[in-house]
Amino acid sequence: MDLFKLFNKGESSNSKDIAKERLQLLLIHDRANVSPQFLEMIKGEIMDVLTDYIEIDETGLEIKLTRTKRENDNSTIPALVANIPIKKMKENIR
Amino acid sequence: MGEVIVITSGKGGVGKTTTTANLGTGLALEGKSVVLLDADIGLRNLDVVMGLENRIVYDLVDVVEGICRIKQALIKDKRYPNLYLMPAAQTKDKNAVKPEQMLKLTKELAEEYDFVLVDCPAGIEQGFKNAIVGANRSIVVTTPEVSAVRDADRIIGLLEANGLRNPQLIINRVKIDMVRRGDMMNIDDMVDILAIDLLGVIPDDEYIVVSTNRGEPAISESKSLAGQAYKNIVKRILGENVPFMNLDTDEGFMAKLAKVFGFRKK
Repeated sequence: MDLFKLFNKGESSNSKDIAKERLQLLLIHDRANVSPQFLEMIKGEIMDVLTDYIEIDETGLEIKLTRTKRENDNSTIPALVANIPIKKMKENIR
Repeated sequence: MGEVIVITSGKGGVGKTTTTANLGTGLALEGKSVVLLDADIGLRNLDVVMGLENRIVYDLVDVVEGICRIKQALIKDKRYPNLYLMPAAQTKDKNAVKPEQMLKLTKELAEEYDFVLVDCPAGIEQGFKNAIVGANRSIVVTTPEVSAVRDADRIIGLLEANGLRNPQLIINRVKIDMVRRGDMMNIDDMVDILAIDLLGVIPDDEYIVVSTNRGEPAISESKSLAGQAYKNIVKRILGENVPFMNLDTDEGFMAKLAKVFGFRKK
């Protein structure tokens, strides 16, 4: 029985790792004090700019606050990550 | 000029009052003169934890309103040299005291005593602002749970925004077995997340309940593991370099092997 448990148990099943991961993400939001409305506003404005040049898949557009490692000293910093699926470039611009 | 240390946490029930009682008693046992100041107006508890609830005549609100002098409101704990409690008012609310009044009171106390330990109420409202206004040092108490850590992070931000640089962390109620199993965040995880200096780690200890039942701080009981951890923190507050308790989470190869073969190490 115990042996089965040992094999089933992957690294990430430790509940403390889940807690740490959740907290780190949560605290980025808490510290930055960024409201969902604020993110929606940014999303709207970025879309306004981009749609002049590109056709975007609006349903797939995603903007979120996350964390990343800074290159020079490897410290964790907040980052705004946007995932913008492009349908096609607008002809008239090119 | 003495030091004013505020003990805070954000979340309620993580051990602020117990920590205040034990650190204050410990500092007194080290020969320092200490005032324990209960800033939790309306929900006072430091008096019962210290076992001094039957000796209250005047309280903090009486002092700031000028009804009595500071010395009249200070209850001397006869069990320890130079340990005093200033109780909070139980029937008033947190707005009964203004930050300027607290600032004046803590200043006057710091002129006479080596340490003033302020037991901060939970929350981030008026009571918190009152508790931190006179402090020149701050201690954040938390437990290894997501809710307590989140609130601690918020409090750290507020302390720093109010000029209390370098708050120090006490991680309370660490269950060593759960940490070993990977079901409770360990010390490194917590320090990693909160990114402040660690002042101490208190293992979960049933004796805390027993000592609170009796109204005698655990630090005066040498058998208590938590009491021992508090003693170490007292020494660190006084500038000694005391190594952290070994709550070793890394199992050795033999221990892992023993586990695989079903031997229990106990």
